[in-house]
Amino acid sequence: MPEPLLDVRDLSVRFRTRQGVVTAVDGISFSVAPGEVLGVVGESGSGKSVSMLAVLRLLTNPNVSVSGQVLFRGRDLLTLPDKEMRAVRGREIAMVFQDPMTALTPVYTVGWQIAEAIRAHEQVSRKEARARAVRLLSDVGIPDAASRAHAYPHEFSGGMRQRAVIAMALSCGPSLLIADEPTTALDVTVQAQILDLMRELNSRGSAMVLITHDMGVVSQIADRVLVMYGGRAAEQGPRQAVFHRPRHPYTWGLLDSVPRVGGARVRRLPTIAGTPVSPGAIPEGCAFAPRCRLRHERCAERPALTAGNAEPTHLDACWLPGEDRARLRVAADGDRARPDAAADEDVNREVAS
Amino acid sequence: MLVFALKRFGSALLVMFAISVLVFLIFFATPGVDPAARIAGRNADPATLAQVRHSFGLDRPMPVRYLLMMRHLLIDRDLESFVNRGSRVIPQILQATPVTLSLVVGAALIWMTAGILMGTAAATLRGRAADPLIMLVGVVGVSLPAYWLGEVVNLLTQKQLHDSLFSWVPPPGYVGLGQDPGQWALHMLFPWLTLALLYAGIYARLLRGEVVTALNEDYVRTARAKGLSERRILIRHALRCSLIPIVSLFGLDFGALVGGAALLTEVVFGLPGIGKLTFDALQNLDLPVIMGTVLYAAFFVVLANALVDILYARLDPRARHA
Repeated sequence: MPEPLLDVRDLSVRFRTRQGVVTAVDGISFSVAPGEVLGVVGESGSGKSVSMLAVLRLLTNPNVSVSGQVLFRGRDLLTLPDKEMRAVRGREIAMVFQDPMTALTPVYTVGWQIAEAIRAHEQVSRKEARARAVRLLSDVGIPDAASRAHAYPHEFSGGMRQRAVIAMALSCGPSLLIADEPTTALDVTVQAQILDLMRELNSRGSAMVLITHDMGVVSQIADRVLVMYGGRAAEQGPRQAVFHRPRHPYTWGLLDSVPRVGGARVRRLPTIAGTPVSPGAIPEGCAFAPRCRLRHERCAERPALTAGNAEPTHLDACWLPGEDRARLRVAADGDRARPDAAADEDVNREVAS
Repeated sequence: MLVFALKRFGSALLVMFAISVLVFLIFFATPGVDPAARIAGRNADPATLAQVRHSFGLDRPMPVRYLLMMRHLLIDRDLESFVNRGSRVIPQILQATPVTLSLVVGAALIWMTAGILMGTAAATLRGRAADPLIMLVGVVGVSLPAYWLGEVVNLLTQKQLHDSLFSWVPPPGYVGLGQDPGQWALHMLFPWLTLALLYAGIYARLLRGEVVTALNEDYVRTARAKGLSERRILIRHALRCSLIPIVSLFGLDFGALVGGAALLTEVVFGLPGIGKLTFDALQNLDLPVIMGTVLYAAFFVVLANALVDILYARLDPRARHA
């Protein structure tokens, strides 16, 4: 395995609130190799975004405390002086945020904002920065970039704004791009275009962390997948392994709840029972236990992230026996079929009456 | 942009016309109000009343009187006061204008500077002791009425401490900027500070709220992720966007103050400005002067609003197409 570009070790993020200390991210470790795409999936509130904001030290709230190590090219970003951290942001690690509608300052032209990013890191003339901004906009697929660079964010559509934000993120040729749900706020056709753009970027060699709750997006683009639940890693491994041989019951739930285009039509899209844990009330043991159909006494103890028997890079945090997870998954599905059928009968009765 | 500006000025003219008609009607056509009786004095006999009516042109039809007044006011510029016959309205206003402008422009510079500094400082220092402290100063400023504060300032600078600390303070009054700039500034200093204190408090509180909101916006996070310095993020991004509502408020306040709302400060410090002129004219029901000052005030309020709208469009690109 090549030297990782980003190596996050035991990252924790805690918020001081009126109700006490809330742990949003609880000892996450992951790494990203150069040119690799890491997909981070999980429900809302699972700590995906917060952990990435912590990596770039963008959590400015004084009530936040971050611990652990974030090694980028061997340097710990969490202990870097502010000035050196600024040189990393935008230049070495760039970030794209979820909502392109509000991500750009409304009072400056798009071209100006991209040029600002360039001039923050490089000694270039205004004119040159401007010309580069136009080139970047045209690279991310904005037609007539030279004149569109003079437009204000409110004159752009959502998809174009996200392209502009991506162009800005790419302005200094970062070696790592963190994209926090870059397609969530966009409609489906635009999502596909943005994903194509991300794939193209990756093929040019930049590493990427893609945060999403869309399993479809991850399956298309990620090399490795990190599944998060309740601020902890539930499962981590190469995409093929996670998608074809998922080990953690939470991952099963995520994969089952994706509607399928082919095959027999299901009466009801399976869901994961219960509601996501709130970061303030994570159980002592396995965070997923209250919603897990296969929980047992052991789950009161917190499971460590361990490798399964066959693949050393495919890790999961679960007490179930390592060998026959696939059989357990099918069995659990059978378990669930009954209450589902009962529910359907209820509906039928209601319709009849 | 030019079309926008022209349109804006067109509507401003219309507003001024409407105001002039309204003021005219209020003072000349309100039932029960008879300017002639007021001018003729108490218990005047009908013959005197009729004579007064005739000599002031009050017996002519209403539209004619309106047009005549506007002609005297705007075209011939020889409208005369009802109370002091022979004293013309326009020169009085022209004499009072520089006083009020000196007061308000100077105070505005002080309060905008102080308000922006205080508001931004409080917003960046939020969560620390300095923030509530600055805001407390702001509240105190807002709560002190100008007439009280002005009197206290006068008491201290003219009487109690005049022999020691404030021996350099000239007596209340006004010295023209053209005559002696040094004396002008010295005479205006305390009026400026008194008027500015109130507004600085309001603006600081408003701006603090705006900047705090802006600092939590997504675009500030984007700016930070770009690797910009905190200072640049604060000034070029957060403060820049926060100034938009401040500017519109400033336009309203500035227009109203130039139009005579600085009356209390003017009276306390003996400044013969527009506020004082209007106040005196109202006490005597000197209709031509009231007409003149109200139109003058309306002109500044409308002008300030038009300028603010244009400035607003410059500051906020989203407003340009609205």
